[in-house]
Amino acid sequence: MEGATRPPERYRIVVRGRLSERLGSAFAQLRLERRPGRTVLSGSGGRAAAQRVLDRLCDLGLEVIGVDVFADYDRLVAALKSGDETAFAGLMDAYNSSLLRVATIYVGSRAVAEEVVQETWLGVVRGLDRFEGRSSLKTWIFKILTNTASTRGARERRCVPFSSLTDDDGSPLDPDRFFGSDHDRYPGHWSVGPTPWETPEEGLLAGETREVILSAIDALPPSQRAVISLRDVEGWSSADVCDALELSEGNQRVLLHRARTKVRCALEGYYDAVELTAA
Amino acid sequence: MGPRCRELVELVTEYLEEALSPADRRAFQAHVRGCDDCRVYLGQMRETIDALGELPPARLPDAAREELLARFRSWSARA
Repeated sequence: MEGATRPPERYRIVVRGRLSERLGSAFAQLRLERRPGRTVLSGSGGRAAAQRVLDRLCDLGLEVIGVDVFADYDRLVAALKSGDETAFAGLMDAYNSSLLRVATIYVGSRAVAEEVVQETWLGVVRGLDRFEGRSSLKTWIFKILTNTASTRGARERRCVPFSSLTDDDGSPLDPDRFFGSDHDRYPGHWSVGPTPWETPEEGLLAGETREVILSAIDALPPSQRAVISLRDVEGWSSADVCDALELSEGNQRVLLHRARTKVRCALEGYYDAVELTAA
Repeated sequence: MGPRCRELVELVTEYLEEALSPADRRAFQAHVRGCDDCRVYLGQMRETIDALGELPPARLPDAAREELLARFRSWSARA
């Protein structure tokens, strides 16, 4: 997002083996932790800072076995509590898209969702003094959102059942697409296989296919829509989604599976229709 | 005997989430290697997921964002 500031981040790089004292001193500004067979280097900064360290490690011929960049919640919370406006702006910019998408599921209209998100941030500001936790900042903000949204949703007389698995409207893949297990030659095989898509050069998000995807997401049952929005559209980790939506790992995966299958089916339907009109 | 196509399509998400056991993962991959239809299907699922990740972000209107920054400012200016 242009102009958006990122909340403070930290990175962690895992290197195989031990760093000699001499090499270790080249990374004096980082924290080094020795583990069996490996060394963990951590420092503040985001992807760019991590990349600079990776480049130096590569030059030294060291083997990198893992890299991780994550929000530095400790610093962020401290900055917020001390009234750092840039930190607050960065936090809003990082989360508004996710908050808006989930709020829209609860209240239906985008305009009302924007009000809900504003109320959520006001709640965050009011609650900052009392906020103690660190790694649950994201979960805490989302709790405020879901509380605000469901109160507003109830007022608008929309009922959003977030019951995880019962909002299923059947398998999106027509069972007739496959031969039965009793078929002579191809039991369980595709009877009508998927046709390769002629994706335009500009990609699936060009023109009509983008609308197909957006409509497909809108049509999903609430919990499937929430999971696919946070996981695939917003890029949240599975752990964060399970926390925010209070789902088990298994349930979350089932919802994600159903949602993805439906969106793919919608695209398939679009491409099949395009082929028919072209023929 | 590995999964049939009808079962494989139900395992795609577990596969992509790396939640299958090593044995199931190998069976899944072996099937895909030998089955054009399932290979196309898996590719389409990946394309779909990639497209989802490229949707433009939802934005709060500038006025609303400014108002919230102002509220934060007055909160932080309190005694």
